[in-house]
Formats: sequence, structure tokens, C-alpha cells
Amino acid sequence: MGQAGKRGTTTFPRNLTKGRKRVPRRDDIHKILLIGSGPIIIGQACEFDYSGTQACKALREEGYEVALVNSNPATIMTDPEMADFTYIEPLTCEALTKVIEIERPDALLPTLGGQTGLNLAMELSQKGILEKYGVEMIGANAQVIAKAEERDQFKAAMERIGLEVCRGETVRTLAEAREVVKEIGLPCVVRPSFTLGGSGSSVAYNREEFEKLVAKGLASSPVTQVLLEESVHGWKEFEMEVMRDVDDNVVIICSIENFDAMGVHTGDSITVAPAQTLTDKEYQRMRDASLAVIREIGVETGGSNIQFAIHPDNGRMVVIEMNPRVSRSSALASKATGFPIAKIAAKLAVGYRLHELANDITRETKACFEPTIDYVVTKVPRFAFEKFPEADSLLTTQMKSVGETMAIGRTFKESFQKALRGLEVGSFGFGCDGKDLWGTPEQPGLDEVHTKLASPGAERAWYLRYAIKYGISIEEMYEITGIDPWFLDNLVQIVELEDKLRAQAGLADVSDALMRRAKQYGFSDRQLATIWHVPELDVRAERIRRGIVATFKSVDTCAAEFEAYTPYYYSTYEDEDETPPKQPNKRRVMILGGGPNRIGQGIEFDYCCCHASFALRELGIESIMVNSNPETVSTDYDTSDLLFFEPLTTEDVLNICDRVRPDGVIVQFGGQTPLNLARGLFNAGVPIIGTSVDTIEDAEDREKFAAMLRRLGLKQPPNGIARNMAQARAVADQIGFPVLVRPSFVLGGRAMEICYDAKQLDQFVREAFIVAQGQPVLIDSFLEDATEVDVDAIADGEQVIVAGVMEHIEEAGVHSGDSACSIPPYSLPGPVVNEIREATHAMARELKVIGLMNVQYAIKRDEGRPVLYVLEVNPRASRTVPFVSKATGMPLAKAAAKVMVGVTLAQQGYTREPIPSHVSIKEAVFPFAKFAGVDVVLGPEMRSTGEVMGVSERFSIAFAKSQLAAGSHLPERGKIFLSVAKRAKRHIVGLAGRLESLGYDLLATKGTAQLLDQAGIKVTPVKKIQQGHPNLLDYIANGDLQFIINTPSGKGARTDEGRIRAAAVAAGIPCITTIQAADAAVMAMEALREEELSVQSVQARFPQYGKKTSE
Amino acid sequence: MRPTAKLALEDGTVYTGTAFGAEGEVDGEVCFNTSMTGYQEILTDPSYRGQIVTMTYPEIGNYGVNAQDVESRRPFLSGFVVRELSRRASNFRSEGTLDDYLKQNNLVGLEGIDTRALVRRLRIVGAMRGVLSTIDMNDASLVAKAKASPGLVGRDLVQEVIPDKAFTWDEPLSPWATLRPNGQHGPVGDDAPHVVALDYGMKWNIARHLFDMGCRVTVLPGTATADEVLAQEPDGVFLSNGPGDPEPLDYAHQTIRDLLGKRPIFGICLGHQLLSLACGAKTFKLKFGHRGANQPVMDHSTGKVEITTQNHGFAVSPDDLPDELEVTHVNLNDDTIEGVRHRVHAAFSVQYHPEASAGPHDSAYLFARFREMLS
Repeated sequence: MGQAGKRGTTTFPRNLTKGRKRVPRRDDIHKILLIGSGPIIIGQACEFDYSGTQACKALREEGYEVALVNSNPATIMTDPEMADFTYIEPLTCEALTKVIEIERPDALLPTLGGQTGLNLAMELSQKGILEKYGVEMIGANAQVIAKAEERDQFKAAMERIGLEVCRGETVRTLAEAREVVKEIGLPCVVRPSFTLGGSGSSVAYNREEFEKLVAKGLASSPVTQVLLEESVHGWKEFEMEVMRDVDDNVVIICSIENFDAMGVHTGDSITVAPAQTLTDKEYQRMRDASLAVIREIGVETGGSNIQFAIHPDNGRMVVIEMNPRVSRSSALASKATGFPIAKIAAKLAVGYRLHELANDITRETKACFEPTIDYVVTKVPRFAFEKFPEADSLLTTQMKSVGETMAIGRTFKESFQKALRGLEVGSFGFGCDGKDLWGTPEQPGLDEVHTKLASPGAERAWYLRYAIKYGISIEEMYEITGIDPWFLDNLVQIVELEDKLRAQAGLADVSDALMRRAKQYGFSDRQLATIWHVPELDVRAERIRRGIVATFKSVDTCAAEFEAYTPYYYSTYEDEDETPPKQPNKRRVMILGGGPNRIGQGIEFDYCCCHASFALRELGIESIMVNSNPETVSTDYDTSDLLFFEPLTTEDVLNICDRVRPDGVIVQFGGQTPLNLARGLFNAGVPIIGTSVDTIEDAEDREKFAAMLRRLGLKQPPNGIARNMAQARAVADQIGFPVLVRPSFVLGGRAMEICYDAKQLDQFVREAFIVAQGQPVLIDSFLEDATEVDVDAIADGEQVIVAGVMEHIEEAGVHSGDSACSIPPYSLPGPVVNEIREATHAMARELKVIGLMNVQYAIKRDEGRPVLYVLEVNPRASRTVPFVSKATGMPLAKAAAKVMVGVTLAQQGYTREPIPSHVSIKEAVFPFAKFAGVDVVLGPEMRSTGEVMGVSERFSIAFAKSQLAAGSHLPERGKIFLSVAKRAKRHIVGLAGRLESLGYDLLATKGTAQLLDQAGIKVTPVKKIQQGHPNLLDYIANGDLQFIINTPSGKGARTDEGRIRAAAVAAGIPCITTIQAADAAVMAMEALREEELSVQSVQARFPQYGKKTSE
Repeated sequence: MRPTAKLALEDGTVYTGTAFGAEGEVDGEVCFNTSMTGYQEILTDPSYRGQIVTMTYPEIGNYGVNAQDVESRRPFLSGFVVRELSRRASNFRSEGTLDDYLKQNNLVGLEGIDTRALVRRLRIVGAMRGVLSTIDMNDASLVAKAKASPGLVGRDLVQEVIPDKAFTWDEPLSPWATLRPNGQHGPVGDDAPHVVALDYGMKWNIARHLFDMGCRVTVLPGTATADEVLAQEPDGVFLSNGPGDPEPLDYAHQTIRDLLGKRPIFGICLGHQLLSLACGAKTFKLKFGHRGANQPVMDHSTGKVEITTQNHGFAVSPDDLPDELEVTHVNLNDDTIEGVRHRVHAAFSVQYHPEASAGPHDSAYLFARFREMLS
């Protein structure tokens, strides 16, 4: 052996074959605290219920006890079965400290509850609470989080590993700015420092603009500083989902390429997985960078998300940001690949290494690998600008979308078109549908198309089609939008095929090959039907006759290299189908989900769908989930026996039914989405179970509904239907003002308005007709000052159980989804509650409800006597089902699903109404902070995105908790501004007196101030805005105001009070806009003087779940 | 309109799609690669000689082709199968479309078949011989040709891909292959270590790595004898990857046996199998092989896992492994041997591709290990 040999041999460490050192699961920790992300808001939706639920399951599977805190009752994670100790409490440092005091967890896992969870963990750490109670942060500690989250630290860290971030510098003078811009060039982002809500950031494209913006920015910054940063607007945007274990094994789970270039928030962008336009060299470089970032930041274990921008002309790579936690994108990546990031992250946090964890999908392989996929995933965001007409609908770096849908196809073209129809905005793909304006009188002109391409909005995808139709070249579209030519070319291919399809004489003349190709390009039957002017079902019948049917492929993490055991499928048009055959003697029941989140239909319905699936599995029935929302628990591959990730359209659902032949299909849990499909599915022979489709429709039919109420001796407010303006005026004349106007067949109170006079009537009816799209407009007498009540009930054909009677805090007229409410009713007399109960029973029987039913009532005092009116009946799961379940301990959705497959309530052991021993308050949470300048006044149109729950023995304390949880801090001292409309004047004196005796300083505008002055209450008058200074805006700007009670006399961002309310939102000052809520708030403030808030676990509250108690 | 093309397997399955690239008829072993990027590196990897390669990722050709991202002087594989060929190449480095590239290199391509169905068949049945044709549209005839085709076992495909003479390597890694592209490249000074790379169908990125490690690299055809190697006065010998069955390559076994103990040896892929065979190990054919860029391998010496690029249909058998060989690396998916070292002599090898290309860079440390063994 030569010299070299010796040296060579010694380069190997000894004990080579001893193999891996054993680092088992950590035995030094026993109880782990998880923090949820709270209410659904823009930027933080069900994805954190998905991640938290996975974490709970994963940790308990390993034998750890889990204590969980989340204020959102509509989550699966807050189900009492999910954690050992579940606290539905406000997500505040104080509440968490109390939970820690009681539970004494050994560790806190901060990375699964979104930004909220992460921020709270940081606060607990900074305040020394974790140290005090000996709680260790696992996954990522405070230093790591700070390094990732704090701009300067992050920048320094990236420089250490040789990665670029956007070049930039803070300057104090124009001269300094001129020096800096020489280096970073134009365009350049000018960001004034420390302005309210980070406002005032803009892009300078030329020298002149630059000087102007810097000068303006320096003036508007309270510290006379602006940050100048190189603009990466228009660059290509990518994301990498990375996981790391305690041994420093790092893997990439998924790469994501944004269709929309930099400049549109990734949450608002159409995104595609995997990356499409990177060579392997560039991809691996980004992978190297991702590994370097997670290591340098030091995330010990778990998942992170890293965003990159790539210059399209030279490949220059810039790190945009890193989230040291699971995120919306990691939920998307999990659904896109089948790799359960949150679950694995939880296991890594307790000491496992990636290669010690199995890949659930393949079983034989390990979690330590990089998923490879053999399909294309497209995510499209869903917006709700129609709810906020005053908001700026331009897509920017501030996220504005409220939901998303994901679609899987074998090609980008297919997944893109599937995603567009999965969005449920009336579009069935890339044009060629009812929403297609091309060739209609409203066809947008060339200028409009140019504008829409240059200013990204909710509908830019479809405007790209118009651009293609106008013959705008790919190069020009790219120039305007920055969208990669590869994507654009695929869109062009879709349009080229459309042209070919249009050139066919008709359905019968199309060749098999062309029809198959159309389906492979993702064209829906509805689009083909529109092109060839035939009914949709004819297209379906014709293609089935020709054998052109959907095949289902499995999502298996490995591109078929290994056998998949997890039945997670998507449809495509290929040769081979992979769905499993039906098992003999096993029933199959399909649940249709709710599709993308939107205002009015979100996590609450997903909660119901998940419960339906759990119930079916408990009964040994094979459960099949169909949904298109990647954020949800319902689309977790282990929620149901079979998962179909598909758009919720008649065509797509029928295609699945053709394959799996379900014994029953449940349509009442997914909100309006499946209900809209029910008739079509039923007519096609699909076995809908539960309440019949006829009943569902009858409840919507105004005449049949009125007839039923007459039969049952129940009242409804006087009402009428109008098909035109003249009819509307006649109806209003007949029933008298005020009236409630709304289009029929819409969700979430869209375009619903209260009219107090003929002028308002004309305006709102006109708007309602536009929204109604040919359907009539409904006009009801508006019951002023009435109390509204929601009831959720369950019926099995024999028995009816009223599960929850919810008394609204706000008066009738505020959408039930936006109103706070209380279980049990807090002011209704017993006889009225009985009357409600009886009416509910009567209607459930009359409608032959099998499953859930929701009724909305109004109680109005008529000559001193309360009179009960029925406003609406919906024989389906409602938004309040999870809240009722959490408030009463009765798992309503589960019970209803069992009822629907034939297990009666009695058989399930439910014979009586659940009577909770405590008060539960649900409060709504709004996205106003994201829509600068929008008036926050509540009305009949729903605008909230989420909800929280406060629980206590006392109503006042429960309300206080609900306010805290919703982010409305009730101040202990300070200044409160009062300004009320005429109608509310009589209430204000009493409220003001109570506030005064609590020691607050009161401010009021002239009218209210005079009133209070007369009553002997000390008050400081403030000027109206146009009367000069100091007006209320000055108090807000100076941070010299703690609380606002402002009931509207007018509405809109342009009114004085609208501006005040919008400014309050921007400054984070709680603003209460109804006298009822003000009353409850004052009650809560009073109660908080007497009693400290306490926390209690759900398990301790309900003996049936209270198997365990702490201490 | 592009013509029809067909792929027939020896089990009688026929897939009909659209032709791209060149027209013609080829046979080969049908296999699949699960890497989502790197089709150009895969096309030019000489180890695919004798194979018809199916990409599992459906959208191929998106970023076009360029002159830099190649692993040898031309594509050597028999045929190329994709689900969807991109007609547009979109990347700032792109110099042309994949379709044109295949035409220029006289390679037959097939587009538009249910590639996942094909992959599932190969996974379940095992690797099969097949014929890809744009000429013969008769299914029975194609299946018969597939059955009659030679396959890989027992064939010496190395001879078809090796360079005809020795040459000096002087190209560094691509600037796109690293986060710090401005570092020092190539050998410095007269005492830079000299490596002879025995080329059995070597991927150029291996040579680029050795060069970037500061080695002088001389490439010799894989048929070279030990004397020819030693005549170059190398400090170490590298055994490259290459196509097909390692067993019939007696000349290579002999050369390696003769070099063992004389110079440090490092082998990759076929080079790993040849080193093992030279030491008395056996190889066997895997059911459908490992081809992709996501294969987890554990390094027993550190307990750490690396995500590796792989391309092999044969593997070293764990049975009858000679005592001199110690298993250093194992595949976590199926526990196959991924690396060995000689207990006595300075020689080690890995079954996977530390040079990546296409694939992750986790295993580049192996080049450093080799570099340390050189004087």
C-alpha cells in the first residue's frame, strides 16, 4: 500500500458501519402548547387550522399531551377530541399566560399558528413568561424568529451567506437620497418610515418622480426618514418550501412559480407548482440558496418558506423573505405534493429526523426525500372587492384576496382552466362561458384591455384572453405584465384550440381526437356547450358515448415510482384510471365541500364537511370528499377515505360519481356551493341524501315559503317581489318604509340594503338588479329596532332538536354573519324562546328536514308585546354550526351526517336540547384594515371574514372576551368618543353616564355633547372635520383616543363619520357602530372592573370530554 | 401537423402519440426518470445509451436548450418520451427549442401518451424492452420487434459512448452551478494533483468538479489498461459512470484490479459497480432502476441524509459482498447499496451522482473526499 493509500484510508472516520446515532423522540418534554392563528382574516385563513390540526394529531400520536389555544370556534383543531386541553380563549399574551399557569407545558411549538402564533410566542418570550414557567420554544426559538422577521437582521444574515437581498438604504435628506439612487437605480421603491400602517410606499420610475416622492416621503415620516429600495417589480417570483430536521437534513418539498410577476402579493397571485421555467442549473442554485437560508437563519426543525425574485433577463437572484414557520404556501405545497408538511414539522420538533418518519402515502419509503410530481398545480386567488366598492381593487404587495382554489391537471393548460372554473365566480374556464364578454355588446375595447393588463386586478386572467383575441403578441403581453412567455404561450394555445372548436359545425361534427384534446386542455362541458350552442348535458352525453371520460390519477409524492396507499385523486383525460373499485358490503357516501373561501362561505362549512366525514368513518361507511380549497382540513388526505381534489361543478362531480358510484351524496354541509349543484346532480340520478332537493328549493321559493308560514300560523315581515323598478316602487308603497332590498339567489347579503325613503329605494334597487343578473329583487318590510335570532336545529324525520338559540347583539338589519350573538339568549323572555322553539319544530317537520336547519327570526315589540317574525329558513348547515357545537358541546354536524345515513337522533343518544351552563358569545372579525378608507359601518351585506368566541359564566365577561379575541381592546381608562345618530340619542345618555362613572373622559360632537351636558355629564366637545382643528382626526392621529362609539346617520367613506371610522380602523382604535354593541361593551367594561378574566379548557367545561384535568 | 409515433413494449402494450424530433425507429430498454428539471442533462448523459427515456414530469421543453447545460458531446439515448412538449422555449439562457434539438441530433421523440400509465406499467412489470417508431404503425410488428430487441443485459454499451482518444479537461463548473460563481477554478501550480478519469461514458460535470477541485484532469477511454493509466503518472484514478450492464466489461474489471492499491480510486455509478466487481462483488439488475433527482441516501459515516441524483438499472448485490468492501452509503427507499469503500486500499465509490446535473448538490463533498486522498 502506498502513501496515498494510507492517507486515503484515514480520511474515513472510524466506526463507519456503526450506522446512525440514535436521537429518539424527546422524553424530557411531556406537554406541548400550541397557539392557533385565531379568526380567519385576509392572509390567515383555514390553512392554519389544517396545520394546527395536523400538529395536534401528530404530537398526540407520539404520546405527548397537547394544550391548544385558539379563539376561533370554527376550527377543527378546537374540537375537544383534537387536543388534550383546548382553550377557546382570546389570543392575547394575558390569556396565554393564564393558560401556561394552569397547564404548565414543557414546550411551546410556535411555528404552526401563522404570524399570529409566531408573534404571540415572541411576546411571551420577550416578556419573560416562557422563562418564568420553564417553557422551551421548540422548532424555532426567539433568536431564530427575530433573525428571520427583522429586516436588518435578515439582511445581514443573507449577506453572510453571500445571497442578495433587495439593495436599499435609509436616508434623511434629499441629497443622501440622490447618492443612494445612483447605486440602486430606477425604478426604486420609496418608503417613508414609521407612518401609520406602513402607508405611503410608492415606486419612482423616473428622476422627477423620485425627487417628488422622496420629498413627500420625508415630510410625511414622523422621523424624517425614507427607505429607498431597488424595485424588483416585474421580476419572476418563486417560492421554495423547505424542511429541516435536528440533524441538519434539509429537503425541498415543493417549488412554486408565480404566474403573476413580482409586485402582486403571492397570496393574490396565480401560482403554479412546480416551477416551470427554470433550468436545472437555476433550480438547483435556488435550492442551494434555500438550504443556506434555513441553515443561516437557524430554524432548528420544521418547515419554512423562502421567496425569491429572479431577473428575467439575466437570472439575478434576490431573496425576498423567509417565513420560519408553516404558511399558506406550505399548505398549498402539502396539497400539491401529498407531503404533509405540518405533520412532519410537528414530529421533527420533538426530535425525530426526517428519515425516521414514514412517507404515509407510499408507506415503504421515508419522509426524507423530495417529492416529485407528475402533474401541474395551479392556484387562483378569490377576491371580494364587490363587498368593498370603496376599496382600491388594484393588486399590490398588500394581500387582498379572501380565498383560493387549487386545481390539478396533467398540463398547465388543464389545471389553469380547472382552477378558473373551481373559483366559482361564474366562469367555467378561460372564457367561452356565460361570463365571456367577447363578441357581446359589452366586449371590452382594446384600450380597456391594455389598462387591465397593466393594472392587475381580480379579473386579469380573463383580460389576457381578450388581449390574445385582439391579437396582442406574447412579447407585448409580457412587456406589459411581466408574466413569463411560457405561461402566455400556453394561454395562446388554449385560445387557438378554442378557435378550432368554434370552426366546427357543431357537437356532432367534432372529431373524437379534437374533443379529447379539448378536454385535455381543460375545457369544461359548459364551455363546449357555449361554443356549440347546445345544452351542457348534451356535450356530456356525447363525449361519454364516444368514450371520452375523465380518468382519475393519484397524488402520490413520487410520480408513480412507488405504490400509493393514500387515495388522493384528481381528474384528467388520459388512458388509465386509478380509482379503487368499490368494496363489497361497504357503503360509499360522498360529501361535497364548499370550494374557495369567500365572505359568507368559509371555514365554518369546511368544519361541517370534515365532521360529516368523521361521522361516516365512525359508522364504517367509506367517506369521499370533493373539494377544491387547498387551505382546508377537508382536503387533508387523511380526513376522508377518498379525496377528490376537484372543482365543484356539476360536470366534475358527475364525473366522480360515474367512477365511484356513491350510495349517497351529501350537499347540505358545503354552504351554497353544493346546494347550487343539487338540482343538476339529482336530475342526473345522483342519490342526494338528507333533506330533499325539493325541500331545499321550496324554502328558497318566496311563495311556497309564505304559504307554509300561513299554514303553520307563523308571521313574516310584509314583503313583495319586484322584477322592475316600477314594481319595486309599488311594493315599497304598499308595505311602507323602511324596506330591505336584496337580489334573490345570492349569498352573504350581497347588495342587500335598507332604504328609508324613495330616493334610497331607487338607488339600491337599481344596484340590486345589476347583481341579481335577471333574477327578481326581493323587498321586505324592515323591522326597525327588532332583535334578531338565529336558530340551528337538527331533525331526523321523527325528532327535532333545537341545538342553539342565538340572540344577536346588533339589531335586525345587520347581517347575521356580521353580528355578534349569544348562546343562550341574554335578553329574550322565556316565553319568546319557547315560541321560537315551537316554530322551529313546526317548520322542521313541515319541511321534512333530515339533517340540519337554520332559521332566522326577528322579534319586534308591537304595542309592548314581543311578536315573532320568521325571516328566513335554510334547510342546511349554517355558518353557526361550529359555534353552536362549541357552545353546547353537541357535535351538530356529525350528528346530522349520521341522521342522513339513517341513524336517528335517539339511536345516537340525543333526546334533549343541550342546555349549556355558561354564556358563549360569537363576534365577527372584519378585513377593514386591509382596505384603507372603507367605511366600517355594519349593514345587511356581510363583510366579515372570520369569527371568535368568548365564553364565561357571565354575559358581560363573555362579551369582553369576545371583543378582546376580535382585537377590540376595551380600554381601562382614557378618552372615549361618542357620536350617535338621532335614533340612538335616547340611549346615549345612560351609556355616557355609566362610562363617566367608570372614569373615562368623554368626547362628543356638538349635538351629542349638548345632550350629555344637559344631563349633567362632563364632556369635551370636538369640532367636525370641516370646522377645523382640533377635530377627531387630530385626536386619532395623536394617539389620544382609546375607543369610539359612533352609530351612523350616514354611510360611506366620503361622509365625515365614514372618514372618522376609517381613520379609527387604520389607527387600530376599536370602533363600535351600533347602540346594542355599545351597551354590551359598557357592560363588559363594568364587569372587568369587578372580575379578572379567567380561562377554562373545553374539556373542563364539558364533563363528557373531561376525561382529563390538569393538575 | 406532426406525424404519429408509437411505442411498443415487449409485453404487448402499445402507446400511440405524436412524433417529435427526428423520424425513425429505435429500440431500447424503456425506463423513466422522475426529475422535474434537467431534461437536457438527461438527454446528454451517456449512461442512457440503449434506453428509451420517459420523463414523469409532464411539461418538458419549457426552458428550451442551450449549449452549456450538456453532459457530453451529444445525446446517446435511443428515444425520448414526454407527455407534453413545450413549443415555446422560455428562459434567458435558451438558444432553441427541444424539438429542434432532437431533430438536430437525430433523436426520435414521442409526445402525448399517458406517460403515467407507462410508468406504472414499468413499475409493476419491471423494465421492458421496447420499440419507438414513426415509421412502422403496425402494433403487432412493433411488439415483435420489441421482443426481438437485444435489451441491456450482457451487452457492452460502453464501447459505443467512450471518447476515441485521451484528452485533457479544462472546463470549470457552470457559473449557474454555484452560489459563488467567482471563486478560483482549475489547478494552480505545477504540484496540482493529477487525476486520470477513466471515461466509460462520463458525464462532463464530473470532470468539471474535479477540475474545480484544483485537479489536473486527463480523460482516458474506459478501455485503457492499468499500464496506460499509470503511464500518465496520476495521483488518483477516477472511474466514471457509463451505460448498461457492468458485468461483461472484463477489460475494466482487470484494469481496476491492477490499479487497486497503487493509486487512490474514486468511482461513480458504473464506476462504482466496476470497482465492486473488481473486488469480487456481484451485481444484479434492479426491477426498474433508480432514475431521478430525489433519491435519499444515508452516509453511514455521518448519519446524514443526502438527496441524490441517480441513474442506474444495475446495483451491487449485498449478498456475497467481499470482506474488503464496506458499505458506506445506503438508499433509504429500498436499502440498496449506494456506496462502498475498500477496507485496505484507498478506494471508494458511490452508486449515485455527486456531480448532480441534473439534480441536487448535496453530495459534492465526495469530490473533496477524493481530493484529500490525492497527494
